[in-house]
Amino acid sequence: MTRQAPDSAAAARPMRSLGRDSVGVALVAIAGLAGYWLFPDNLSFLTRMISVALLVLSLDLVVGYCGIASLGQAALYGAGAYAAGIACLAGVTEPFLLILIGAAAGGVTGLLMGTIMLRAHGLPQLVLSIAIVQLLHEAANKAYSVTGGSDGLSGMAPAPLFGIFEFDLWGRTAYLFGLALLVIVFVALKLLVRSPFGMVCRGLKQDPLRVSALGISAFPVLLRMFLISGAVAGTGGALGAIATQVVGLDSVSFELSANALVMLVLGGLGNLYGALIGTVVFMAVEHIVAAFNPFHWLTLVGGLLVAIVLFAPRGLSGSIDEAARILMRGKRRTAP
Amino acid sequence: MQTALSIALDALAYGMALFIICIGLSLTMGLMRLVNLAHGAFAMIGGYIASYAARDLGLGYAVGIVLAVAGTILIAIPLERLLFRRIYDRSELSQVLMTIGITFCVIGITNYFFGPTLKTIPLPAELAQPVDLGFRSIAGHRLFVIASGLVVAGGLWFLIERTGFGINLRAAVENAPMARALGVRTEWIYAASFALAIGLAAFGGAVGAEFLPIEPYYALRYMVTFLVVVSVGGAGSIPGALAACILLGAIDVTARYLVPDFGNFFFYLAVILIVCLFPRGLLGRAQ
Repeated sequence: MTRQAPDSAAAARPMRSLGRDSVGVALVAIAGLAGYWLFPDNLSFLTRMISVALLVLSLDLVVGYCGIASLGQAALYGAGAYAAGIACLAGVTEPFLLILIGAAAGGVTGLLMGTIMLRAHGLPQLVLSIAIVQLLHEAANKAYSVTGGSDGLSGMAPAPLFGIFEFDLWGRTAYLFGLALLVIVFVALKLLVRSPFGMVCRGLKQDPLRVSALGISAFPVLLRMFLISGAVAGTGGALGAIATQVVGLDSVSFELSANALVMLVLGGLGNLYGALIGTVVFMAVEHIVAAFNPFHWLTLVGGLLVAIVLFAPRGLSGSIDEAARILMRGKRRTAP
Repeated sequence: MQTALSIALDALAYGMALFIICIGLSLTMGLMRLVNLAHGAFAMIGGYIASYAARDLGLGYAVGIVLAVAGTILIAIPLERLLFRRIYDRSELSQVLMTIGITFCVIGITNYFFGPTLKTIPLPAELAQPVDLGFRSIAGHRLFVIASGLVVAGGLWFLIERTGFGINLRAAVENAPMARALGVRTEWIYAASFALAIGLAAFGGAVGAEFLPIEPYYALRYMVTFLVVVSVGGAGSIPGALAACILLGAIDVTARYLVPDFGNFFFYLAVILIVCLFPRGLLGRAQ
């Protein structure tokens, strides 16, 4: 490590992080397959986890990469879920088409939400996000003939995948379908956040003034991110609708939005792995603790949030990174 | 005409109850730059203490309210020292997360001790009976809430604009290091205004229990409403908060009377329109 170090490090970084990313994606796929073999009786829960993971990933795009605090992301998720559910009941049963419909509905809702939310900054922006999700919640509740109101939609029967694999009672097809979808979306998002567009978003988060001095106008960039985020959340919603074959009012609720934000922060903002880790840890612990007493669960989550803000502002993935860096440094120092 | 009048009176009373609770939040946000989503949790604690004192111990309404304010401040002081003080200069998102966390904890703990049922605060006879205003009669309690709201608004305005404490507070908000250099004890000022905000929340929680019933999910259920009121009014502005409370209270109550099956639809529609038109709030200051 002498004079040449900076050059070789700079040259090696893209290669190394590309390698790291492929390892990461492989790990995600392996962990998903391991879930398939280890918990064959809980596949429907695991599918729901994947569906929520897509929601949290989409929230990460907005909060973690653009720095826009949102407590209304479930509006996009719910739009996708309802669109897919309604389409399925209307006779469109091809699963891939349903996912596309969900993504499109989420994207359109994302555009609308972005147009409204980007008018304000700070606290009013946060309030707008809450107001939008609550408005859609009330609308879905009121439009009984289309959305089933508080009963929700049920009785969707998606066609077999590729015409061969039925969506069976154990949810095996749904789980593998969801896992494949998650991996594809994850790879796409990984490429997106490394692209120049992703860099501009990060720049806008860190220093909007300097980015605008470079001649980049913030509004179209952020709006495009809202569109993408909506499409990802809508995909998650559509997956949930196909897998559980039920769409309820809870899919477009403030509670789901707040939970998604908690999962994201638990895992670590501005880091796609963080979104996945946070979702898995949060939902697994909730699954176990809430079975005993939902109020203990609430106390636990609250305590956890306070602890994260005080002691680990970068979340679980940030703490893992930190630990890894300390370990690596130790190793490098001992090496000759 | 009769309906319109009774809607207007109900809306005014409801708006005033909202105002008493929200003005504390508006002050912490506007003056101390702290997004305190746990504000509703403190209002709820106030309501629980008042209910416990007035109903279970039989101490009466007035004593209940005084105990509620004092008890809630006593609970809040250690929290301020241990938790809130660390996030005064952190990002908005950190503040939102930590205070949501505190809210969740308060809900869980309250339910553990008091159970999930609704708590009532029995009204004294003088407030329970209707009062004749000449043109129509109104429940005494509503009149009491309206009067309390006006007193709170006037008192706060006087405190902030006309007293030494108010001058120190505004100086500490404007430029904390400079105020400290001039001998203002900013830590003490912050702690005192935090206690004032919490005390108002507890007072509002106890007085407004007729409109916003006390139960464990109170903190979460009305958190959004309180936040909405503050951002519509413009954080830190007393007249703004007053205007927002009366306007939103009127929209909410009118929608409930005329189109009850739409729920909160029109309330949130109005919020989106107002925030889009006035991104800084009705009477917020430019930043």
